[in-house]
Amino acid sequence: MAVKKFVVGSFDDEAVLFPAVKKVRAAGYKIHDVYTPFPVHGLDHALGLRETSLHTAGFIYGITGTTTALSFMSWVFTTDWPMNIGGKPHFPLPAFIPITFELTVLFSAVGMVMTFMYLCQMAPFVKKHIFHPRQTDDLFVMAIELTEKTPAADVKAFLDSVGAKEINEQTVEAGWWIGRFDKEDKLFSRPAAPVNA
Amino acid sequence: MKDQFVVPARLKTTSFVLLGIGLLTLLIGLFAFQGEHGSTRFWAGILQNSSFFLMVVLASTFFIGVTTLAHGGWQIAFRRVPEAISMTVPVLGAIMLVVLGFLIFGNKGHIYHWLHPHGDRILEFKSPFLNAGFVSIASVITIGLWSLLTVKLRKMSLAEDKMQLDAEGRKSLIWKGTVWCAGFIVVYALSMGSTTPWLWLMSIDAHWFSTMYSWYTFASTWVSGLSLIALFVIYLKSKGYLPMVNDEHLHDLGKFMFAFSIFWTYLWFSQYMLIWYANMPEETVYFQPRVWGVFRPVFFLNLVINFIAPLLILMKRSSKRNYTLVAFMAGLIIFGHWLDFFQMVMPGTVKHLNFPWFELGIGLGFVGLIIYLTANQLAKAPLTPKNHPYLKESIIHHT
Repeated sequence: MAVKKFVVGSFDDEAVLFPAVKKVRAAGYKIHDVYTPFPVHGLDHALGLRETSLHTAGFIYGITGTTTALSFMSWVFTTDWPMNIGGKPHFPLPAFIPITFELTVLFSAVGMVMTFMYLCQMAPFVKKHIFHPRQTDDLFVMAIELTEKTPAADVKAFLDSVGAKEINEQTVEAGWWIGRFDKEDKLFSRPAAPVNA
Repeated sequence: MKDQFVVPARLKTTSFVLLGIGLLTLLIGLFAFQGEHGSTRFWAGILQNSSFFLMVVLASTFFIGVTTLAHGGWQIAFRRVPEAISMTVPVLGAIMLVVLGFLIFGNKGHIYHWLHPHGDRILEFKSPFLNAGFVSIASVITIGLWSLLTVKLRKMSLAEDKMQLDAEGRKSLIWKGTVWCAGFIVVYALSMGSTTPWLWLMSIDAHWFSTMYSWYTFASTWVSGLSLIALFVIYLKSKGYLPMVNDEHLHDLGKFMFAFSIFWTYLWFSQYMLIWYANMPEETVYFQPRVWGVFRPVFFLNLVINFIAPLLILMKRSSKRNYTLVAFMAGLIIFGHWLDFFQMVMPGTVKHLNFPWFELGIGLGFVGLIIYLTANQLAKAPLTPKNHPYLKESIIHHT
């Protein structure tokens, strides 16, 4: 449970956000994350995030499903309980294919959702701090983590210079916690009055 | 910006050499294949190639049709490539009609048994549908409509280049394209999606039928057509044309090739499994020579090339963005589906598995013809449709 200090800047235009991300990174400030109301193409590249390996995990879950289905069905129908179904052989591969396909899809889908939840630290009852209530509506919200070398005033001035509409400072829990929002609300300070309002 | 394609001398030579190989093979075939069996093999090889390549270039018109109907903007940067390929439809269609004329009225080879239904109760029952008159009229109408609509779509696209349009004009341009493409899709669905493969290919095994057959043939030619578009795009890109086309467009073409390879496999398996499960003699007769007869190696090679190779190789994001690998896979997929058509036509006609030197030679001739005609069409107009309303969407396309 690490409580950290952030300076939060809100942008109302993608065209401003992209150059701002580049400038903030070039200036050496540490971007905690950028929250957007919809997926913004190319933002991951601009933020310098490494490519996700979620799809590799998906492939591995998929072949696990394939092997599970094929080996279980062939064990049942050849060794454990051989049955004569319409005179078909005991290892009727074509009849196994649909179930194998379904299990491949099921394993990879469920596995990828779980992995995604784990990577994003999301689960039922787990709460994370919301930097700005409009980050799911119409604002692009950039949270910059403060360090000893980057005082809040500097960061605020810099965000103002790159075109942020609304800037404030928040002291909040950076990770996740289990509970309710209203009780933990006292953990972070009320947003200060916007600098450039 | 290089926007006007000039046919390189080397491409022209290549196409002429390939065309020459095709004509030479045709001549050798005329002399080498004598007698009843010889003539059957000769005409089966020609039917396989002419129907396959006609349907593959027709897939380019279908590509224009579906992307226009779906208001897809990403492909505008290389839109002229499928347009140029589709302009070979009238030529290949004419060849197909000549071949059908020989098969039906010249009575060449033993390809279509339904021409002589006398004494065969199944064929007599089917004869209102499978008879010389109906098949030839349907083929003429189908190929005629394909050619007319293809040429119309191309003309509309070329006319755009000379227009000065305001916002309203652009809207009406999109609407006009949508209407014509919708018309084409209806024709395509009623021909390629149902009757045409029945008449030309499924009727080779006239006693047998499958409701999956047309979809299967469509999937086969559609994925080959996408591969052909990818090949031309990569060729033009390697010569420094199509400056707007980048990894993102290639990635989407690769996704299409990957997805429709899977789609083809889905239909391949659906057709096979239903017949295998029901196990009725009048249906399994189709798979008997393919799975348990001499065509067994071709049947399974077909699955390896058209399913396992695209599945494993094109799955990764980085391989769909690799020009060399996509070009290789496109070539492999076209060859794979050519082989698919080989195993659709040959077991019902030739019945023996021969080394397909004749079929390959004729196929190379068709490849040469397609390269020559497409290159000429590409050279006729600027490579970027500069007035298309969706051009910007295509330039900033991002996957």
